Amino acid sequence: MSDRHNISLNVNGADYSCEIDARMTLADCLREKLDLTGTHLGCEHGVCGACTVLADGDAVRSCLMFAVQAQCMEITTVEGLANNGDLSPLQEAFRDNHALQCGFCTPGMLTTAEAFLRENPSPTRAETESAISGNLCRCTGYISVVDAILDAADRRRDAGSE
Amino acid sequence: MKPSRFNYYAVDSIDAAISLIAQQGEDARFLAGGQSLVPMMNFRVAAPTALIDLNGVPELSNVRIDNDGALHIGAMARTRQLETDPEIAEANPLIAVAAAYVAHTQIRNRGTIGGSLAHADPAAELPGIALVCDAEIHLRGLSGARVIEAAKFFDGVFTTALADGELIEKLYFPPWPEQRCWAFQEISRREGDFALVGIAAWFDMDASGAISDCRLAAIGAGDTPLLLDSPAQTLTGSVPSDALFEKAAETVAGDIAPFDDIHASADYRREVAAVLVARTLKTAWERRR
Repeated sequence: MSDRHNISLNVNGADYSCEIDARMTLADCLREKLDLTGTHLGCEHGVCGACTVLADGDAVRSCLMFAVQAQCMEITTVEGLANNGDLSPLQEAFRDNHALQCGFCTPGMLTTAEAFLRENPSPTRAETESAISGNLCRCTGYISVVDAILDAADRRRDAGSE
Repeated sequence: MKPSRFNYYAVDSIDAAISLIAQQGEDARFLAGGQSLVPMMNFRVAAPTALIDLNGVPELSNVRIDNDGALHIGAMARTRQLETDPEIAEANPLIAVAAAYVAHTQIRNRGTIGGSLAHADPAAELPGIALVCDAEIHLRGLSGARVIEAAKFFDGVFTTALADGELIEKLYFPPWPEQRCWAFQEISRREGDFALVGIAAWFDMDASGAISDCRLAAIGAGDTPLLLDSPAQTLTGSVPSDALFEKAAETVAGDIAPFDDIHASADYRREVAAVLVARTLKTAWERRR
């Protein structure tokens, strides 16, 4: 049968192997097989953005990919953003700007913002608002999230110029 | 897990894909970017018994520009590439501008032009662009290759001329004159939502300053993307002006058949279509070189 697959995944720089159903989404595999529960599942049809992860550096919906498709990719989840337990400048900026309340959308916001800032290190406010247009947050009203991403852009530039 | 069970096959060539889907029967589906099919599977609106994954077929991702400026875009080219690749924007600026309206970056990173056309959502941008550009859609199936013009590809809501087991190999966009005036505009409730209505248009001018050739298309205004013949007739042979554009916009109601849904009424969509026709033509004219 081709509905069960033994797969190897590279997530946050570590190699994992597991046996999965073909129908298991990457999001479910990360959470249930690899115990990487930082990736959150909201709508499970590509609207809310909570499950956003990086696949070969691109922000993607992990609820709209099957785990079996991710075998040749380097996957980064929210757990992969910190360095040895130290928050990344982006994560620090989220904390310092109160860019989260309940925290449900935060993993998707962070992974989306990480990909965005890599591509556009000095964004405008409008570009930043557009970048997170695919991530729903019901607590913050988004303003503090946008503030945090712009703050993170400054911090990353400062860190890079040192 | 939300989708129902299916068998998964990754293939590395078009030939392998079309022979495998023939063996898997009528409930097998090709998997392109998965940004429409997988949500439908998560809702179990779609329950294919087998998926043939096209993501590992390099020949489907080719993008090529001929010496005459014609553009060939492989079916698996990602929407994000259409949006950001400077060579594509050079060869056909309308594609790049419209691609940026497709959903959100995360969706555009996976979604493909071939997948969007095969899915045939009436409010999707890329089918409307294929139509307004008079693109040729190149299909491959077990019985061979065939080419169909975009105007004959869309049969209805989520329904196309694709036969069982056939896939889209690439799109061919004819050469794009450098002096062409063009624009795309849409209205949606929020950024990244499906368009309530969108209008794509281009026109060329002759030496006397009159419009010699033009084409307009609407999305979200009927069961398929629609060509707008009445505004095109109004424009052809006349000298561009705001008054002409307004006159062309008044004729659009007869060319569209919008529907009511929770987002907007048919009447509202008709009004938006007329406003957008005028606005799109003005934008196109302001962009002239």
